[in-house]
Amino acid sequence: MTAPMPTPTPTSPSASAIPSSPASHGPAQARPARRGLLLAVLWAGMAVMVAPFLWMALSAFKSEKDLGATPTVWIPEDWTLIHFEKLVGLLDVGAHFFNSTLVAVVVTACNLVFCSMLGYALAKLNFAGKRPVFALVMCALMVPGNLMLMPMFVMVSKMGLIDSYAALILPFAAGAFGVFLMRQFMTAIPDELLEAARIDGAGEWFIFWRIAMPLVKPALATLAIFTFLQSWNNFLWPLVATNDPGKYTLPVALATFAIDPTKTNGSNGVLMAGAFLVVLPVLLVFILLQRYFTQGIATAGLK
Amino acid sequence: MATTTPSRRGVPDRAHAVRSGAGAGGAAGRGRRPGPRKDRLSVQNLPGWMFSTPFLALFLTFMAVPIVATFVMSFTDFGLRNVADPFATEFVGVENYARLFDDERFLTSLFNTFYFVVLGVPLTVGAGLFAAVLLNRGVGRLRTFFRVGFYAPVVTSIVAVAVVWRFVLDPADGLISGLASEVGLRSPDFLGSKALAMPSLIVMAVWRNLGTAMVLFLAGLQGIPAEVREAARLDGAGVWQEFRRITVPLLRPTMLYVSVMTTIGFLNVFEEPFVMTEGGPDNATMTVSLDMYEQGFKFFHMGYASAMAYVLFTVILAVTLLQLRLLKDKTR
Repeated sequence: MTAPMPTPTPTSPSASAIPSSPASHGPAQARPARRGLLLAVLWAGMAVMVAPFLWMALSAFKSEKDLGATPTVWIPEDWTLIHFEKLVGLLDVGAHFFNSTLVAVVVTACNLVFCSMLGYALAKLNFAGKRPVFALVMCALMVPGNLMLMPMFVMVSKMGLIDSYAALILPFAAGAFGVFLMRQFMTAIPDELLEAARIDGAGEWFIFWRIAMPLVKPALATLAIFTFLQSWNNFLWPLVATNDPGKYTLPVALATFAIDPTKTNGSNGVLMAGAFLVVLPVLLVFILLQRYFTQGIATAGLK
Repeated sequence: MATTTPSRRGVPDRAHAVRSGAGAGGAAGRGRRPGPRKDRLSVQNLPGWMFSTPFLALFLTFMAVPIVATFVMSFTDFGLRNVADPFATEFVGVENYARLFDDERFLTSLFNTFYFVVLGVPLTVGAGLFAAVLLNRGVGRLRTFFRVGFYAPVVTSIVAVAVVWRFVLDPADGLISGLASEVGLRSPDFLGSKALAMPSLIVMAVWRNLGTAMVLFLAGLQGIPAEVREAARLDGAGVWQEFRRITVPLLRPTMLYVSVMTTIGFLNVFEEPFVMTEGGPDNATMTVSLDMYEQGFKFFHMGYASAMAYVLFTVILAVTLLQLRLLKDKTR
């Protein structure tokens, strides 16, 4: 399904900074009764959004007896780590964590550099072929990944790269979205600044690294977060490009584990423990960095 | 609209005579700018080309070549033996495409995928818009809290949440069945029934993706000037009228973007049925992407799977163009 789309809101990080308007502003701040209803609806929605996560987290710590109990035991009666122990016995969790992390870090670093480079060229340099290159980037934005699945697999097999980190990294090392985003932000850099540096005899490479890049740090942060997440959650290509379980990324390991009943013995506890380990780091990072998720991509995503 | 830059300087010829080129190219299109020098090999072009090289090299290798290769493969009987020897494959003309439309399972996949999109996209976009409008109505300090909560599922791995939802929907020990038994009801076997399996996946997909729509709509809502709302209220517009006459029309561009993006994502639906139902029961949740994956990597009918990939791609293009047509903001 959709990779998390960059979803910007151009609000100040703390939405609380928006003062509630004076009463003359009518519905913008609802009357008490209406506000109560509004909050009730939002809380109900929140409950639906959070319930599966809570269910997962609680179930991961329930004993087998609690998991199968009728009536349902909502809060574990005796908290246990047995499912995590089982999981570590069945899956090499450490290795999958390492694979996922390594791939995501390298993919993110490559995207930051390569997308910024082309973004800079498209925003601030003149060269023959600029328009076609930009058109290519826009086309690449439209192409769904699974259109290339079969030949990519054949290519990677022929190169002998199945089960290699290269196979997991290279196809995602420069995304069109990143180019588009970086171009948007680089466009806003004042030309006079670059010009002054050029007159002082700075080379283009120096200007890019020392002047342009520091000026687009917020965009880089945003791109880094989204690229990392996309890589972390990526599934179909790693599924196809790895045969050796030792090279599985977390989602592939979890999925192959989940659809193989012989492994889980029908224990949902082990699966919840697995899901918990995959979801928790991402959720924590998201909650810590949520303001970066909600910054400035609006200019790129929304015309 | 992409902001156009003021006139931009080209690379100076060694510090004198600075040409001024203008415009940021692309969509802005504010008049034609004098293009780069005509002599292609001039030193002026070098930096631009150097900066483009890494992306273009990767793009060619991992996108352009495979796209063309998929197209060629779709007219061949490419199979398992060809993975080792790609050029030993036979051309079979349009046979793959012809067979697709006699293939019961593929037609079912196509139907299911449309079912997923036709129900899932409006629900996702609607729920996202609803949440955004509510959050835009001065909930003060809690706004960030709700926004984080509604967006949280988007950042999590689909595989992980699919595993979780499989258990949430479990008829014996699941969350829903637990809630149902609290009020004396019995939970149906959601994923095991032909009628309920697809709707269950749709509910999960809406749950996971409405945050994306919400955050984009919030951005759009904040772009609506307060004066416009003010004027509407002075003219005596009620809440509903304001929504109909101000919010919806002014959100059109956002609506277009959100709908197109969500639709493309939903047409490619793969992980949910793969993890939750494996396409079952009885192909009730078989989708085009899943069918393609199985044809290509379970049965190694790669030529056939390539034809499927192109049919799906064509569908995506057609639906996207249709949406651009229908939702295009005519006032611009």
